[in-house]
Amino acid sequence: MDELATEGLSSSILVLAAHPNWRESRVNRRLLAAAQDLPHVEVQDLYGSYPDYDIDVAAEQSRTRAASVIVLLHPVQWYSMPALLKLWLDEVLTYGWAYGPGGTALRGKDLWLVATTGGPESSYHPQSYNRYFFDAFLPPYEQTAALCGMRFLPPLLLHGAHRASEAAVADHVAVFAQRLRSYPQWPELDELGQCPECEVPVTDRPLTRGSP
Amino acid sequence: MEHAPAWLTNSLIYLGAAVIAVPLSRALGLGAIIGYLAAGIAIGPWGLGLVSNVEDILHFAEFGVVLMLFLVGLELEPRRLWSLRRPIFGWGSAQVLGCAVLLCAAGMAAGLTWRVSLVAALGLALSSTAIALQVMGERNLLPTSSGQAGFSILLFQDVAAIPILALLPLLGGIAGANEASAASRWLEAAKIIGVIGGIVLGGRLLLRPLLRWIAKSKTPEIFTAASLLLVVAIAALMRLVGLSMALGAFLAGVLLAESEYRRELETDLEPFKGLLLGLFFIAVGMSIDFAVLLRSPGLMALVVVGFLALKALVIYALARRMGLPVQERPVFTLLLAQGGEFAFVVFQAAAGARVLTPGTSSLLIGAVAVSMLLTPLLLVAIDKLVMPRFANCNIPQLEEISEPQHAPVIIAGFGRYGQIVGRMLAAQGLAATVLDHDADMIEAARAFGYKVFYGDATRLDLLRTAGAETAKVLVVAVDDTEQSLSIVDLVHEHFPQLELVARARDVTHWNELRDRGVFRVERELFDSSLRSARSVLEVLGFAPHEARSQAMRFRRHNLQLFEQMYPHHKDRAKVIAVIKQGRRQLEEQMAQERAERAERDKRRREGTQHPGWDA
Repeated sequence: MDELATEGLSSSILVLAAHPNWRESRVNRRLLAAAQDLPHVEVQDLYGSYPDYDIDVAAEQSRTRAASVIVLLHPVQWYSMPALLKLWLDEVLTYGWAYGPGGTALRGKDLWLVATTGGPESSYHPQSYNRYFFDAFLPPYEQTAALCGMRFLPPLLLHGAHRASEAAVADHVAVFAQRLRSYPQWPELDELGQCPECEVPVTDRPLTRGSP
Repeated sequence: MEHAPAWLTNSLIYLGAAVIAVPLSRALGLGAIIGYLAAGIAIGPWGLGLVSNVEDILHFAEFGVVLMLFLVGLELEPRRLWSLRRPIFGWGSAQVLGCAVLLCAAGMAAGLTWRVSLVAALGLALSSTAIALQVMGERNLLPTSSGQAGFSILLFQDVAAIPILALLPLLGGIAGANEASAASRWLEAAKIIGVIGGIVLGGRLLLRPLLRWIAKSKTPEIFTAASLLLVVAIAALMRLVGLSMALGAFLAGVLLAESEYRRELETDLEPFKGLLLGLFFIAVGMSIDFAVLLRSPGLMALVVVGFLALKALVIYALARRMGLPVQERPVFTLLLAQGGEFAFVVFQAAAGARVLTPGTSSLLIGAVAVSMLLTPLLLVAIDKLVMPRFANCNIPQLEEISEPQHAPVIIAGFGRYGQIVGRMLAAQGLAATVLDHDADMIEAARAFGYKVFYGDATRLDLLRTAGAETAKVLVVAVDDTEQSLSIVDLVHEHFPQLELVARARDVTHWNELRDRGVFRVERELFDSSLRSARSVLEVLGFAPHEARSQAMRFRRHNLQLFEQMYPHHKDRAKVIAVIKQGRRQLEEQMAQERAERAERDKRRREGTQHPGWDA
C-alpha cells in the first residue's frame, strides 16, 4: 500500500475519458469505473465536463502538466477518436505550449491509448470490410505524441467490444486496472526507445497564433 | 378690437398668454402648470381683464380633462384595470372618507353646522386629476407604485363625485323633490345603467369595426374627427344621464386599449388634450376670485393651510400603510392634498341647492383654486428642499443624452437583459451606447462603472443623438413590449440601415416583432428554461452531454414549431392545433426512441450484437 502511494505521487496518471453517451457503453463504462477507483489516477470525463464543448483550456493544461502519463480512453468512432476528444487536442495542445518554440509542457510524458472497436479484430484486415490492419489508424495518435515530445506507449485495445463475452470484458478491465496500478513498471517500456525529436521550424509558422 | 370676431380675439388672448407665460415659467424652473395658471390670472378679471366669461371657458376647457382621461384609459387594458380594483376601491375610499371625516370634524369644531361642514369636507376631499396626472406624467411617475396608487385614488374620486353631487339636493332639504321623483329616480338609475352598458357593449362590438371602416377611407383628418367625435359623444351621453363625462371617456378609453387603433387615437388626440388642458389651467387661474381673497386674506389662508394640512396628514398616513417608497411620499401626498376641479362643481351645485351661502361657496372655491395654484409652487419647494435629503436613495434628476454618440452598437434598455448583452460586448472591446429611462437602474449601472445615458429610446431625437444614423446594430432590450414595438417601428421608418436584435417578452411579442420583419429575436426565458430542464435531467441521472443533446433537440423542434405557428398567429384555434400537433409529434418521436433504446439495452444484456460505434 505504501509503495503504491509513493508510486502515485511520482507518477500521476490523467485519464481523458471520452464517450458521448455512457449509458450506451458496455466496456468503456467499466474501464472508466476501474480508473475512478484508483487513488493516484485523475479521471476527466470530457463529455460530462464539457457537454457544451466549451473546454476550459487553462484548467486542462494545468491538469495535463501535472500528469506523467495521459491516457486516452474512448471507443473508436469512424477510425478515430470522438469529436470532443479531438477538440480537446485542438484547443489544449497549443503552439508554444505543447509543441513549437517553447512548447515543452508535455516533453518526457507518456501517451497511452486505451480503445475499443465495434468490429472484431479479423475485420481489420485487407481482406475484410475494414480493409486495413488496425495499426494503419494509429499514426495520427503516434505523431501527436511525437510532436509534443511524448512517448507513445503500446495501445491497449479490445476489438469486437459488442460481442465480447463477459469473461473477456472482465479480463480486459482487470488488465487495464493492473496496468494503471503498475505504471511505470511495465516490462515492455525498457525496450521502448526515446521519443524522436520533432523541431518545428519557425518558417512553418509565420504568423504564430492558431492551430496546426 | 370691436371689429374682429370674438373667437379671433379670444384665440389671440389665450394662445398669446400661454405662449408667453409657459416657456417663461419653464425657464424659471416652475413647470408648465404654473405658467398656465399665471397666464390665466394675468388675462382674467383680476388681471388685465381681457376675458370675462370665465365660467364658459372653464366649462369648455373641462373637455381637456375628459380627453385626458380618455387617453389614460387607452393606456390601461381592461385586465390591468381589473387588477387595480383593490387600490381603486380600497385606498380610494380610504382617502375620500378619511379626509372627509377629518375635515368635517374640523369644520364642526370651528362652529359650522354639520351640513356646511359635510359639504365642504366632501368637496375639499377631492383632488385635481388634471394637475396630478399631468405632474405624474411629466415626472414619469405613472408606472411607479406611487403613480399607480395616486391614479387609483383619483379614479375613485371621479366615481365618488357622482354620489356626492346626488347628495346635495337631499342636504339642501328642498321640499318635495324627494317624494315627487321616487319614480323618476328608478328611471334615472335605469338610464345610467343603460348608458354605461351601451358604452361597454358598443365599445366592445361596434367601435372597432367602425374605426376600421373610417380608417379605410384613408383620410387622416376624418380619423382625427372621428376620434374627437367619439369622445364628445360619450361625454354628451354621460352628461345626459348626469354622470361624470371624464369617467365615461375613461371607460371608452379602456375599451379601446386593446384595439389596433390605440396608437392612432393617441397621437390624434394628444395635441387637443394638451391645448384644452392648458386652457383649463388658464381658466382656473382666471376663476380665482381675488375679491374674496382680499376681503378676508386671513380666513382664506387659514382655510387653505388647514385643509391642506389635514388632507396631507391622512394621505401621508395612507402612503405609509401602502408601503410607498419614502422618497415618493412627499410628492404623492401633495398631489392628492390639493383641491380639485370637481370641488368647483360641488360647491357651485351646493350654492344652487342652498346648502352653502354664495359667500361660503366662493370662499371655498377660492381656497381650492389657491391650493391648485400653490401645488406647483410647493412641488418646486419639495424638489429643492425636501428631496435633497433623500439624496442617497433618491431618484436623481438625470441629464438626458445630449452629446452625439457614434458607437456601432446601441442598447436600448439596460435591465438584466441589456446588461448581459452590454457586458459581453464590452468584454470583446466593443463600444455600445446604452440608453435607459429608469433613473434607479442608471444609478445602479453607473455605480458599477457602466456608461449609461438617460433617455427614452422611443423618442426619435434621442435615438438620433445616440447615433442611430451611423450605428450598425440596435439591441431592443426594454422590458415593455409596447415600447419595444414602438422602437422597432421608429427604426424601420427613420433608420432602415440599422439591424435590430430584439428581446421578446412572450409569444405574442415574438409574433408582433416578426410581423415587423425582425428576425433576430430571442424569447427572454427560453434558453435559461432549457438550461434548467437540462439540470433536472442531470439530477435524474442523464449524462450531461445527453441532457444537452435532448435540450438542443427540443430547442430546434420548438423553434420549428414557432415558424409553423407564425403564419396562423392571429387565429388562436389554429395556433393551438399546430402546437398540440407539434408536441404530439415530438413526444411520439421521443417515446419511440426510448423504446428502441430499451430494446438495445435488452439485447446488450442478452449479449446479442448491436451495430454502431459506441462500445
